[in-house]
Amino acid sequence: MTIGLPRALLYYRYSHLWENFFTGLGCDTLTSPETNKAIVAEGARCCASECCLPSKIYMGHVRWLTGKCDYILVPRLEGFGPRDKVCVKFNALYDIVRNTFKDAPLLDYDIDHKRGRGELAGFLRMGAKLGRPFFKTLAAYNSARGARQAEERLAAERQDSLMRARPEVTVPKVLIVSHPYNTHDNMLGRPIAEHIRRLGAQPVFADQASSAECARLAGEISPSLYWTFNKELVGAIKLYEKNIDGVVFVTAFPCGQDALVNELVMDKLKHSTPMINIVLDEIWGDAGIQTRIESFMDIIDARRLKYENNIIPAHG
Amino acid sequence: MRTISFPRMANYHVPIEFLLKSLLPGERVLPAPPVTRKTLELGSRYSPDFACAPFKYTLGSFLEALQEGADVLVQTAGGCRLGYYSEVQRQILWGLGYKFELVNLGGNEFGPLGMYRACKKLGCTVGYGRAAYYFALAFRMTAILDELEGYIRENLVFERPPGRFESLHGEFLNELKNVTGFESLRVIGGKYRRLINSVELTQPEEYLRVGLVGELYSLMEPFCNFYMEKELAKFNIALKRLINVTYLLFDKKRLASRTLKEARPFLKYEIGADGTDSVAYMKLLAERGYDGIIHLKPFGCTPEVNAMPILQNISAEYKIPVLYFSFDSQTSETGINTRLEAFRDMLEMRRKLRAK
Ligand code: SF4
Repeated sequence: MTIGLPRALLYYRYSHLWENFFTGLGCDTLTSPETNKAIVAEGARCCASECCLPSKIYMGHVRWLTGKCDYILVPRLEGFGPRDKVCVKFNALYDIVRNTFKDAPLLDYDIDHKRGRGELAGFLRMGAKLGRPFFKTLAAYNSARGARQAEERLAAERQDSLMRARPEVTVPKVLIVSHPYNTHDNMLGRPIAEHIRRLGAQPVFADQASSAECARLAGEISPSLYWTFNKELVGAIKLYEKNIDGVVFVTAFPCGQDALVNELVMDKLKHSTPMINIVLDEIWGDAGIQTRIESFMDIIDARRLKYENNIIPAHG
Repeated sequence: MRTISFPRMANYHVPIEFLLKSLLPGERVLPAPPVTRKTLELGSRYSPDFACAPFKYTLGSFLEALQEGADVLVQTAGGCRLGYYSEVQRQILWGLGYKFELVNLGGNEFGPLGMYRACKKLGCTVGYGRAAYYFALAFRMTAILDELEGYIRENLVFERPPGRFESLHGEFLNELKNVTGFESLRVIGGKYRRLINSVELTQPEEYLRVGLVGELYSLMEPFCNFYMEKELAKFNIALKRLINVTYLLFDKKRLASRTLKEARPFLKYEIGADGTDSVAYMKLLAERGYDGIIHLKPFGCTPEVNAMPILQNISAEYKIPVLYFSFDSQTSETGINTRLEAFRDMLEMRRKLRAK
């Protein structure tokens, strides 16, 4: 039996959990390829034009998987707690897919704090639906969860060790603050990171910092923020404050949620470090964005130069 | 004495003003001026580009209130992103150099208790019991307002010659300001219920029935939807709308499971904010044989955009046309009217074809 995993949105958060879980159940997984132009175009065709770009891309990936596997995994997420909500896109994703691709065989699980549905219960139900014995499912879930946590810890450690390098002997570090489904998508954020690297800087990623720590730190910047994913991203700025030379926010058009959060954060931290906000309303390739990144890097270099000459402290 | 102000939406400033005045005697309560083009322009100038229209409208209202000397602002909104509005708006207004206090009556603690706590923060000295009384009164006032406005909405099209509803409505709002307790509210409510119910109605032989669904602010604030309800009445269209403040405050939570059930088989889960309600209500009206549905939302409103593919399927299954509107600061009245007219023509055509 083959389970299809659309390489978009939550995949970038849960890929280790999903892959390990289904393998543990003795299923094969098929992940859609890296986003390409055809996938974007196909996704846009299936969506209302006002949908955010990442959700259009998601639909493109689901489309790609239809007919190629026995089930397509489309989870539904309401929230993790009363002050831990997610974008309503994740509330609706399952029903959107179901109403768009009527014949596609979907496999879903639901995380809904309001109704007391947690991850474990959701995975147990999936196991039952796939006809797997209870204890086998439980074991598969536990080891998959462990694998995901280990993977996350590893990513955070890798990034922390990058951070510990003394600033004056290394290249400038630029923190990319964006949802992992933007940051690591082949056609959205990855070209931005590559461009930064080409310009001689080291991109670091907010989504790879320790999420628990970041969620806690976010409260210092925005006390009323109640979107978990945004908290985890914004908190990374505080976490790495002393180690980074600049922040690049990347948002997808027309995401109103990120627009509000980023606006607030940029305003509150405007004196601490240079920041820009890049809005992707189409796929990468825009010369305007490249130029903006280049001039942003110039600002960072100029600041570092001043720091080296001890004219101003870099973070004061 | 401080001046307390809050953004207006539809006519709900009457009960809100009453409530704030009762809970905070000794302060001046001044609703922000009615929403106009200028409010939107002002709000858009200082908002993030992709903030939705309600954010811009309420920010504009705050600016207008501050210019009129308000020093305490109250955000009354709740909903999808609205809970986060006040923090961002506070920051923007501070950045512009205004000195004020901002409290959030909506947000995460939407409901009487949260509201009472917010009023406490403003220095409300009214005790629990007394406050509960005022809340009950304000909610009752809201319920009567919603009831009478609902009746007018559904019957506006039958009023010949038009005008009586509108003047009665105005008088009613004015008299609501004299309410002092449940008894006077009952008297005023009863009087206008009688008057409004006795307005003469003529049932034309042919008229269309259309349901309004969508995002709450676009539905309820007439300026935001370019007075669509009045326009539609002129087009010989009778309207039905579910969403009002009474529904959002009380019925929505209570009926949530039923709403989801009604939305089946189109939905399995709740799709966020009022999207589920849009789906369930459209399905209900489709089953009742309505002629069409109009869906309103601010541009980019995620929960309502989410509902669209589902509305589309209901439309196909029940053969009921839907007209979608997205409002942003560039929306023009002429554009809307042309589309409304075309929609009306299409619905009439379908009627005729079916009659044959
Ligand atoms: S947070 Fe923004 S980009 Fe992400 S799914 Fe929601 S609307 Fe789309």
